[in-house]
Amino acid sequence: MEAGSIGASGPDAGNRSRLEAPSNRTGEKVIKALLAFCGLLSVLTTTAIVISLIGPTIGFFELVGPFEFLFGTDWSPSFEPASFGVLPIVVGTLSVTLWGMLFAIPIGLGIAVYLAEYASPRVRKTVKPIIEVLAGIPTVAIGFFAATFILPSIIQPLWPDNFLGGDNSPFMALAAGLGIGLLIVPVIASISEDAMSAVPHGLREGAYALGATKAKVAIRVVFPAALSGIVASIVLAISRAVGETMIVVLAAGSTPNLTFNPVESIQAMTSYIATTATGDIAQGTPDYKAIFAVGTLLFLITLVMNLLSIRLVRKYRQVYE
Amino acid sequence: MEASSIPPTERGRLAVAGARATTAAMMTSQPRKDVLRNNLFAGLLLVAVLIALAGLVALITQAFVKGSSAFSWDLFTNPPSTLDVSNAGFRPAIIGSLMLITGVIIFVVPIGVGAAIYLEEYADRTKWWNRMIELNLQNLAAVPSIIYGILGLGFIVRGPLDLGFILLAGAITLALLVLPIVIIAGREAIRAVPPSIREGSLALGATQWQTVRQQVLPAAIPGITTGVILAVSRALGETAPLLLVGATVFVTFNPEPLSPDGYSALPVQIFQYATRSQEEFKALAAAGIIVMLGVLIVMNSFAIWLRNRYEQRW
Amino acid sequence: MISRKFFAITAATALLAIGVAACGDDDESDSTSGSSGDTPTGLEGTIRIDGSSTVAPLSEAVAEGFQQENPDVRVTVGTSGTSGGFEKFCAGETDFSDASRAIEPEEEALCKKGGVETEAVQVAVDALTVVGNPENPVTCLTVDQLAEIWGPDTTATSWADVPDLDAEYDEELARYGPGTDSGTFDYFTDAVNGEEGVQTKDYNNVGEDDNATVTGVTGDPGGIGYFGYSFFVENEGTIKAFEIDGGDGCVAPSVETAQDGSYAPLARPLYLYPSTDVFEDEVQTAFIDYYLANVNSVAESLGFIPLTDAQLTESEDTLASLEGK
Repeated sequence: MEAGSIGASGPDAGNRSRLEAPSNRTGEKVIKALLAFCGLLSVLTTTAIVISLIGPTIGFFELVGPFEFLFGTDWSPSFEPASFGVLPIVVGTLSVTLWGMLFAIPIGLGIAVYLAEYASPRVRKTVKPIIEVLAGIPTVAIGFFAATFILPSIIQPLWPDNFLGGDNSPFMALAAGLGIGLLIVPVIASISEDAMSAVPHGLREGAYALGATKAKVAIRVVFPAALSGIVASIVLAISRAVGETMIVVLAAGSTPNLTFNPVESIQAMTSYIATTATGDIAQGTPDYKAIFAVGTLLFLITLVMNLLSIRLVRKYRQVYE
Repeated sequence: MEASSIPPTERGRLAVAGARATTAAMMTSQPRKDVLRNNLFAGLLLVAVLIALAGLVALITQAFVKGSSAFSWDLFTNPPSTLDVSNAGFRPAIIGSLMLITGVIIFVVPIGVGAAIYLEEYADRTKWWNRMIELNLQNLAAVPSIIYGILGLGFIVRGPLDLGFILLAGAITLALLVLPIVIIAGREAIRAVPPSIREGSLALGATQWQTVRQQVLPAAIPGITTGVILAVSRALGETAPLLLVGATVFVTFNPEPLSPDGYSALPVQIFQYATRSQEEFKALAAAGIIVMLGVLIVMNSFAIWLRNRYEQRW
Repeated sequence: MISRKFFAITAATALLAIGVAACGDDDESDSTSGSSGDTPTGLEGTIRIDGSSTVAPLSEAVAEGFQQENPDVRVTVGTSGTSGGFEKFCAGETDFSDASRAIEPEEEALCKKGGVETEAVQVAVDALTVVGNPENPVTCLTVDQLAEIWGPDTTATSWADVPDLDAEYDEELARYGPGTDSGTFDYFTDAVNGEEGVQTKDYNNVGEDDNATVTGVTGDPGGIGYFGYSFFVENEGTIKAFEIDGGDGCVAPSVETAQDGSYAPLARPLYLYPSTDVFEDEVQTAFIDYYLANVNSVAESLGFIPLTDAQLTESEDTLASLEGK
């Protein structure tokens, strides 16, 4: 059981001793160089992304001050006179993300606890792939579903009259939020379930021996033990929600609106980029460069969240292996 | 077996009896309140699972219901039409999508597998540049797809590569988007091959590349293939990057990879129909979604079959 | 070996894809509704059109008919918006530009710089219709009242804030309109507020989806929106159109009032802008001739307002004069 299985798979396989056979044959060196180039391409991609964003963004900030951009509350780049305060579309993104997380966190964690603690192996084998299917559905299909079903047939009938302005709007942040929620439930469920399964059985057995019920074990023992993995999954899900485009374009609308009101139409950073760039405005104008400035902001936000999530995942995996 | 330490007084006997009763109660049957809470909790969990499943079922059902009026096998053979909406189809979009994913496969398989092999077999983890490659990879896997669209617009279509709004540019953009998926899946597959296989090969005098090519890679191929199919599924359904690199024009002819005349792709066409106002177009969009979901199901079932058939247990 | 099988499968899939593509080209000529028995000509080439999303459906339909008669010609129609279309047109990237408003002086200068000479060829008429909720008792709106509702500095939040209405109504105003890259937006703001692009920002932007305007306006008692006439006709039962008083009394939008221009100032011509280079290419000349010959029948089937005989003759004359240049 020893040498073959240690580090054969799993996240810390890097600790396994590397079997190198350095050779002086030129063919071997050429191959190594080629393969290294393939690996390098990922770095080149990141560099290319940064380059394609940086130039026009700097050009944008020559026309519009960073302070006005980051803290202004009026986003109307194509109007006369134009205004470039980015807060409305940032709040739009946050609003949709908020409603999405409010849906996805309880559902996702519920599924994770169910699969990790309650489900028999046969049930788990059938249910887990089905939940994964949700992650594989193209976002344009989910967006279409959100706009043509969730909005008219779920939100509008159930929404109380005249509450928060009523449900008259043909686009709603809540509809897009629920659509995004459906999309990210598998992310939270899958990673949290992995984290919970990784909790050693000894901890559970100790609690059962002291007379705890299954629910108590799940909530008081497993959940806190898997916490950093769960938090990592939530951070990753937020990052995914922030970067989502099609669902927001189809269901939330294109009206920049500085509000968290769920039944109003808003515009998110991603939908601004998508709808403006396809209209193909002139290169070099301020509203063209605004696309790149918003893109840079989006890239930075998701970058920070991703780094945070990576660090959390590393932490939870280290604890038990 | 006499509990000689317990004083033989009434109080002592009562204490023992009480302790026995409490322990028995705790260990054998749970108090009713606890049982109720337990069941309630389990019930809530089940509700969560059912809501998620219901969402999935509702999505697919609604697409079928809304799209059934527009669905016919003509969708595969007819071009899109404004004049004759009832006969409109998705042919150029389907062909465009097929060409795009062919381009993605051609680009992503050699580079993705190459990178995976390099990172698993050759790279020295302690060197800083290899760690940077790893970090980059993990980041790129989670960058929003529309940023890849900006990359395509600023770098591939215009900028240094300056290919113009052609299908090849779209394929390269999508390939960059899904490359991390292939690399990560490839690494997992290669990692799962036990070291003993490699040790044996090297002991017999093979070079590292010979070992990789003839022992490690063949064993890792099912995992790599699964990764490629996952990546292709993702590429097939992506809309946002294509919107930015020019797949938006109304085309009625079959696209060509290098032609500047424009091209279309299935998710983009669905998006365009979905945003048009009339009901017939919305039904068409739903029909397109049915087509797309069908293709994805076929592809993923093939992947699962492949993985089950060739999976090796060490 | 497994690897051989894998490569075989991949190769087969790739070949299949390319095969479908190759075979697909062949059945392009036996597609849907046939034309009037014209034998396919030997014309081949590419025609690029871009511009207004209002005019695009008309151009798309004409292009379809033309491609059926000439299967070796490729026509692409983009929808970058009237302004975006002109930019590409003046840079020589497109052959024709769809426009839901006349070309501006700056755009004309741009075209001159790019060496493109053009003139407006009218291809259809549109009556920009202002719509409201059926419960709304107001029947007629003057241009000043419209400016009061849609002006950039407006403080009106309810119908009661609008002066001199012909009926009492105090529901809250809910505005719906297209995005800023739409020619409809350009035309409306120019006609009502006196300058293009100038409008209140307090409105619901529906982008290209006029259906969203219908949904919004019918769901909101104080709703008001605007879009092209064909869309009003499609939704005539559920939504009401305001009569517009452009200075000569209240006029309701209709085919006649649009054609004779009495529905002012919101009756607008829809244009196609060809460049003089068109006449050096026989394919493009054939296309523009086909366009004018068939545009009225296509317009009617799509819900556009067709040209009067006089307007059609004028367009043909403009074309002839362009050809002479």
